Amino acid sequence: MKLSREEVLHIARLARVDLTEDEITRYSEQLSNLLEHFEVLQQVDTEGVPPTAQSVALESVMRDDKVAPSFPPEAILANAPRREADCFRVRPVLE
Amino acid sequence: MQVTIHEAARLLKEKKVSSVELTRDYLGRIERLEPKVKAMVTLTPELALEQAKKADEKLAAGNGLSPLTGVPMAIKDVICTRGVRTTCSAKMLENFVPPYDATVMDKLNAAGAVMLGKANMDEFAMGSSTENSAFFVTHNPWDLERVPGGSSGGSAVAVAAGEAVYALGSDTGGSIRQPAGFCSVVGLKPTYGRVSRYGLVAFASSLDQVGPLAQDVTDAAIILNAIAGHDKRDSTSVPEPVPDYTKSLKPDLKGVRLGVPREYYVEGMQPGVAQVMQAAIKKLGELGAEVEEMSLPHTPYALAVYYILAPSEASANLARYDGVKYGYSYDAGSMWESMEKTRGGGFGPEVKRRIMLGTYALSAGYYDAWYLKAQKVRTLIRREFDAAFEKYDALVTPTSPSVPFRIGEKTDDPLQMYLSDVCTLPINIAGVPGISVPAGFSEGLPVGMQLIGRHFREDMLLRIAYAYEQATEWHKKRATGV
Repeated sequence: MKLSREEVLHIARLARVDLTEDEITRYSEQLSNLLEHFEVLQQVDTEGVPPTAQSVALESVMRDDKVAPSFPPEAILANAPRREADCFRVRPVLE
Repeated sequence: MQVTIHEAARLLKEKKVSSVELTRDYLGRIERLEPKVKAMVTLTPELALEQAKKADEKLAAGNGLSPLTGVPMAIKDVICTRGVRTTCSAKMLENFVPPYDATVMDKLNAAGAVMLGKANMDEFAMGSSTENSAFFVTHNPWDLERVPGGSSGGSAVAVAAGEAVYALGSDTGGSIRQPAGFCSVVGLKPTYGRVSRYGLVAFASSLDQVGPLAQDVTDAAIILNAIAGHDKRDSTSVPEPVPDYTKSLKPDLKGVRLGVPREYYVEGMQPGVAQVMQAAIKKLGELGAEVEEMSLPHTPYALAVYYILAPSEASANLARYDGVKYGYSYDAGSMWESMEKTRGGGFGPEVKRRIMLGTYALSAGYYDAWYLKAQKVRTLIRREFDAAFEKYDALVTPTSPSVPFRIGEKTDDPLQMYLSDVCTLPINIAGVPGISVPAGFSEGLPVGMQLIGRHFREDMLLRIAYAYEQATEWHKKRATGV
């Protein structure tokens, strides 16, 4: 299992993480080593075994859709890096 | 003054000391010790004294008291505290001030607790040494050259060095138990769903739990009493009744059946740790437990399962850090460019490594081979624990295969670092509870014993841990490095 530079760049793009040249080299090596170790899983017979997403079996938890007080806009916007009126300001989505 | 919760509660009730005095004393200890251990990211002395004053009023009035009323503590900086910055020891959240309290904070506040500050950790709780903090490294009070473990390293050190009476941590693969073992304090990871995760900054949502770090087992029971229970704001919290955990503390182990899984005692375990475990298991037998060796054959696969599932969940959870709503933000170029630079510059190396790993395991063409496969093996591990608990009340293992390692020793080798969680992460995979209790020393460094129990049987774990603790002196030893 060896991750190529192209594969590392592809994953970084999927994760939307900008990597430096140094990180690309390092992650390509380190992730390859880890995945090589994790190959051990392929030895386990999981024929007919269902996947576990959560360890304590609960039924789907439903609740009534009741109106309740929420946060005032000011409380939520207080942490915004950039804002305009009661909105988060973002970079242009369409150019 | 360095006291346990139950000692502090008695002194406060008998008016031998006030909460303000106790809090001042601990703030003084922090001032003295912090330059050496660096356990705290944010100190909140004004808030603490204000809370202490209120606690004293409550104590004077004498109603609505809890053993936690007026007792000063520290909170891992991954738990949201309203109006107090919550950084996750990450550059990404360096200036984040939550507009709300986590449910565990609501509960502690209602009990009249006093918060001294927020404790250092590995960035976003990813790590085993607290070296991944974006701010500074925390030092082990038993030997300042060594790591305290992680990711709740600051919480463990605050308790071990006597900077706080107790602390809360979070545990996704060992992050409470491993630092508890490394610092010779008690650390409990409750059953998944026992404690609300509302307001705990998410790392791997199917594995994360909040739990106590304490000076002894009685204190751990008192804290669990306060924080356990169903929460309608966390749909994975479980509506099981919460017993009084202090009632389960008994000094003997008659009729208790303990299994010793042999897979936890092999490869890479230090001889000093093995010796401590041998003596601890003998002691459990002397206390009346029936102890027998047994096998959990899927144990060797747990590391791979964990390091596929936890990073996968992390890669989804950490997608929220886009530089728009809160946190570090790079503001230039297109939307995508600013987002990629925000995440590239705002996350540290280990967090990026895990996001990359998780994104890969979930990506088209690899999902079945990695993520789904790991989820299936998770089922086998869970079933193996279920079967073991038909026969045993608890399982006994070391908390870690080694004593605390040197700062910098494992930072260049992710796999070696991941292997330090090899005894703790199967427990999160199965969702069962686990506790680490001080079990002795090897070359002057702490060794923890881990007890693993059935779902929602924290009472049994606490009982066994208490009986062992009362029969030994380890919990009374104070850290020698500060």
